Amino acid sequence: MADPRIALERVTKTYGAHQALADVSLEIAAGEFVALVGASGSGKTTLLKTINGLITPDGGEVRIEGEAVDALTPHLLRRRIGYVFQEVGLFPHLTVAENISITPKLLGWDKDRRAARAAELLDLVALPQEMGARFPAALSGGQQQRIGVARALAAEPHIVLMDEPFGALDPLTRDALGDDYRALHERLNLSTVMVTHDMTEALLLADRIVVVAHGRVIADGAPQTLAASSDPDVAALLAAPRRQAERLRARLGDAA
Amino acid sequence: MSPQVEAAFARLPEYLAWHVLLSASALGLGLLISLPLAVAASRNRHIRWPVLAGASLIQTIPSLALLALFFPLLLVISAASEDLLGYGFSALGFLPALLALTLYSMLPIVRNGTTGILSVSPAIIQAAEGVGMTPRQRLLQVELPLAAPVIMAGVRTAAVWTIGAATLSTPVGQTSLGNYIFSGLQTENWVLVLFGCGASALLAMVTDQLLGLIEAGAAKRDIRRAAIGGAGILIGIVVALTPLISFGKPASYVVGAKNFSEQYILAEMIAERIEDLGGDARMKEDLGSAIAYRALASGEIDVYVDYSGTLWANVLNREDNPGRQAVLEELTTELAERDGVLVLGSLGFENAYALAMRQDRATALGIESLDDLARRSGGLTMGGDLEFFARPEWTAINEAYGFDFRARRSFQPTFMFRAVTSGDVDVISAFSSDGRIAADNLVTLADPRQALPPYDAVVLIAPDRVNDARLLAALRPLIGSIPVEAMRDANYSVDRDADKLRPVEAARSLSQQLGLD
Repeated sequence: MADPRIALERVTKTYGAHQALADVSLEIAAGEFVALVGASGSGKTTLLKTINGLITPDGGEVRIEGEAVDALTPHLLRRRIGYVFQEVGLFPHLTVAENISITPKLLGWDKDRRAARAAELLDLVALPQEMGARFPAALSGGQQQRIGVARALAAEPHIVLMDEPFGALDPLTRDALGDDYRALHERLNLSTVMVTHDMTEALLLADRIVVVAHGRVIADGAPQTLAASSDPDVAALLAAPRRQAERLRARLGDAA
Repeated sequence: MSPQVEAAFARLPEYLAWHVLLSASALGLGLLISLPLAVAASRNRHIRWPVLAGASLIQTIPSLALLALFFPLLLVISAASEDLLGYGFSALGFLPALLALTLYSMLPIVRNGTTGILSVSPAIIQAAEGVGMTPRQRLLQVELPLAAPVIMAGVRTAAVWTIGAATLSTPVGQTSLGNYIFSGLQTENWVLVLFGCGASALLAMVTDQLLGLIEAGAAKRDIRRAAIGGAGILIGIVVALTPLISFGKPASYVVGAKNFSEQYILAEMIAERIEDLGGDARMKEDLGSAIAYRALASGEIDVYVDYSGTLWANVLNREDNPGRQAVLEELTTELAERDGVLVLGSLGFENAYALAMRQDRATALGIESLDDLARRSGGLTMGGDLEFFARPEWTAINEAYGFDFRARRSFQPTFMFRAVTSGDVDVISAFSSDGRIAADNLVTLADPRQALPPYDAVVLIAPDRVNDARLLAALRPLIGSIPVEAMRDANYSVDRDADKLRPVEAARSLSQQLGLD
């Protein structure tokens, strides 16, 4: 059997007295959309960042497509992995098209190929072509995060890591962007790992939900499996979306 | 246009060229050193404090002192390099000025550079790492471009400071727009002082505006504007430097002068005589007293006039006073033996330190000699030129007569004379050949204990010129031929407030009067 796209084996990370990751093992296959959920401080972002080497674990091993991360040059590893985060971090001094094609440029693609790729990605994230010549400051929050997604996908990665990617957006934009990204994920056969503290978002987008608490994985499975869990922490996480859904049904009646 | 302004304009191309070359090199070098320092300081907070504190500390040293301090330092390094590598370099002129101004330009660049890099938002840094940039790519493609407007603002400040401070490089022997200011101050030619200040201020403003274009271009990501600013700076530098192609070639003789009127006049006389005999002569004016002799001994300048007492005390470090003739003879042998310097001879007058008072005040207090002065000194205020109280002459008369002045104040010489005529001070350190003594109704006080050494004006020739027959032939007629009264009149014609002559005019008139032309 082929190597999993991402494999964590007994990964640990400590900051002083605080254990951010305690013996975490996880395998993520091609095409999987995994949501990492948990309270703030649970270790979910730390876990995500060990995958692209932004954080180096104290123990254990992380492998990307069979290769151990600590044996790879960090910046070369990151060029293979898309990375999207809440603050977006578009480069304000570069145009939208230059932002999108930054990783291809670092990889040495020629100018024509980069321009073609930027145009392709603008289509992919449903933005008009003329936006390519603008600077990020002229864009709305939702448009900026679409560019963030386009930038992450530019170098044709197999893996995309997302850290609260839609957290700062208004609910409508968030919903639309989530759906559009889910469609891209399928079309490009990506492996996506998304950190979120929003269980509803996780339930709606992900194939598999990994619940992290106090640096450990306390539950791991499809939404339905999780719903059947008897673990009180998991049940508590699911309680809020359930209650919301019931109240919505009660208020909106059959129209919901 | 008045002849004074016309003469000032005539020297502008050379002064401006040196000023621009010096400021631009210092700023360029400062930028080359400061930017890496700023990057290091932004990366590592352990070195941030020492770097910023160090740059601030340099800024607290008065710029004139900083410039002057590089001279002895370079002298030591040059001597060491001569011993070790067989190759020395000049400790005067361009090098000390360049190094001091470079240090001076660093603070705003380092400070703004560090702040600019540190103020790039953490999200953008995270994005730079996330897309797979190396630390170097992150610096060059993200941090520096984003910090560029802040860095450019620092460069603008540094440029204005550097251009202003470059006027202070004149006393270490580097031609600059400061030549107008320093010679204007010495000869009370305020037109010249204003001209120098104006020229330097204008240069600073134009540079600031052009750099401002680059800064605005960087901030608004407007390449065109930044390019116009950059091109303006480059064209400005090239145009300003063109005169150096002709001025830059070394004249066959360099005539040195310290920073007062008599020195300017004598240097003009010497230069004129060299040119009359078919040589090329260039002046190096406003040399500090200690610097002039070293410059001659090292061949920096070929000829200048110094005073026997000054050489006796400062070069030979002697404190005794064996008498006028003995001092001259001993100087001639010792300087030849020690440094290979030729004492061609005395010009015929003394420019000795003498204490001077207003005639009416001296009469009223019954003071004729330093002995009388010592008895009255408890109620009197003494004014000295900027170096007097640090000189061995002061120690010598103080020991011989036991002064006990109520107060001591130091002045730039021009203002010292103002102070004694206005009564702000009672007695001043004057020079016996100063035309202002007679003009301001001052009397010089007798020195019955012979505590002050003699100060014969002597012509000194650099070691590699002692066998230069043409130079010696040009200068020999000057020996023994200038009486003190003639020198006093010539000095006064330059120092007085109205009908001022320029040193070159005074030199010509003195030559004519003495039949030396």
